[in-house]
Amino acid sequence: MSTNAQDFPTQFPIPVDPRLPLRSERGKASPLSIARPLSTLLPAIAKVGLSEICLSYNTQSGERLLALDHINLQVKTGEFVCIVGPSGCGKSTLLLLIAGLHRQTSGQILVDGQPVQGPGTDRIMIFQEHGLFPWLTVGQNVEFGMKMKGIGKAEREEKTSYYLRLVHLAKFKDSYIHQLSGGMRQRVAIARALATEPDVLLMDEPFAALDAQTRDLLHDELERIWSETGRTIIFVTHNVREAIRLGDRVVLLSFRPGRVKSEFPVDLPRPRVLEDVQVARAAREILDELREEINRSLAVEYNEGVKPHVDPEVEEGVRP
Amino acid sequence: MKRAARYIIFYAALFGLWTLLAELKIWPPYLFPTPWGVGEALYAGFQDHTYLIAIRVSMERVLIGYAISVVLGMILGLGVASNKFLEETMGGLLVSLQSLPSICWWPLALLWFGLNQNAILFVVVMGSLLSVTLAMEDGRKQMPKIFGMAGRNLGAKGFKLFWYVLLPASLPFIVSGLKQGWAFAWRSLITAEMLYLSLGLGQVLMMGRDLNDMSAVIAVMVLIIAIGYVVDGVVFKGMEHRLQQKWGLTPAS
Repeated sequence: MSTNAQDFPTQFPIPVDPRLPLRSERGKASPLSIARPLSTLLPAIAKVGLSEICLSYNTQSGERLLALDHINLQVKTGEFVCIVGPSGCGKSTLLLLIAGLHRQTSGQILVDGQPVQGPGTDRIMIFQEHGLFPWLTVGQNVEFGMKMKGIGKAEREEKTSYYLRLVHLAKFKDSYIHQLSGGMRQRVAIARALATEPDVLLMDEPFAALDAQTRDLLHDELERIWSETGRTIIFVTHNVREAIRLGDRVVLLSFRPGRVKSEFPVDLPRPRVLEDVQVARAAREILDELREEINRSLAVEYNEGVKPHVDPEVEEGVRP
Repeated sequence: MKRAARYIIFYAALFGLWTLLAELKIWPPYLFPTPWGVGEALYAGFQDHTYLIAIRVSMERVLIGYAISVVLGMILGLGVASNKFLEETMGGLLVSLQSLPSICWWPLALLWFGLNQNAILFVVVMGSLLSVTLAMEDGRKQMPKIFGMAGRNLGAKGFKLFWYVLLPASLPFIVSGLKQGWAFAWRSLITAEMLYLSLGLGQVLMMGRDLNDMSAVIAVMVLIIAIGYVVDGVVFKGMEHRLQQKWGLTPAS
């Protein structure tokens, strides 16, 4: 496309998702930031598009295992998509592929129409084990991504305190990670992810290790942050109710090979309550399908006795 | 309090035993000096600046040698830990090399570098390099994988990834290896200095032997122990303490 920013109409009549703040509100009001790849401006093209993704790898016993089988998934800008499935179905691996931390065997992942070539700060992951750096303070953790980008100290500090306020942890800027509770750590992880200003948040069972009250609280906070910042979120969980509580859409993966078994749009008004009858009813429908997959996964585990394979999720070093 | 008392009792007893044996004059004084004889030798050594110069020279050598070991060892260790081929080939070699006392390199070092400082440095490096390498390799493997992934995800790569993520993440796992490397470096240095006369504590010790002055020999031994102890207690204990505080690890009492 033309590199001349002046040619590009800044008053372009773009249909904007009302939940999305304008770019100018995010402090990026330069003509150049509007003249990004056209695809970011057109909701018709997905924010994240997975086409025919396959992933297979060798197990320890030497056989070839197909973990992901022709996954097709389109995620719109600003959409909150939840992926559910039994453990071992490859849903976390899928996030690693989108993050560029792992390479699919075949198929293509497009973000804003561009193929994913490796890790990029437009896609930030939040791990179940939070992955915060224990040798850094909370504030240093949050500014880490900005520091890697080479952003100046003053701007880093300003943004760090902004995002820490956003997750209500401003007072803990100088604490070390081990001094925080599990829920606070996940909030730091969210702040750290947001501070690099990614377009897409990839959340891998971020609240699975937390107690129910903390989780409820973080659901509220995540929903608030999502609506305030307009990020696209892909959220992996094994908890169906959590998926319905948060998602615009719930995608169910099958077990071995991981395939998109079905998709459920969630049309309930927000904010939703976990105990709500409607949430329960929607969960019921998904759970019936999920149960089949869980039973299959349990059968496989019993038959194989021990845990059958090395999770590709923990196998580092394979990079694109 | 109790601990201090135990210390005092132990060292007083040791001192008493030493004095008793020396006073009994079972061996002639030039073979078995008295504690105050050693004290006098220490005082005299510091008075005429012999010890200060020797300590300075030795510290300089050991610091340079150790620094080279740490840098090289970390690169080697990372290489071995992240490359299957290197791990299978060099990994075994490194472990077997560690059974070789570093002073065995001395004849080669002499031929390669000549009778000078570099030969000593070479022996010091050979003494501590392997400890650091093996520690780094082990640390890289023990380090939770999630740190590397999170770092890459946040945009760190290449040297930045190593410096800001992999190195600090593996520090708790390599600090004991660094400590061991230091101890080996210090020992190798003293050994090499004893063989090759040119200032340094090892030489001062050998001078005591040549003069048949066992008080001086023991005085230098005390110095060598003291320096090793201080570095261990101040530098490495401090590092371990800081790491424990940051990571929230419970001190291994």
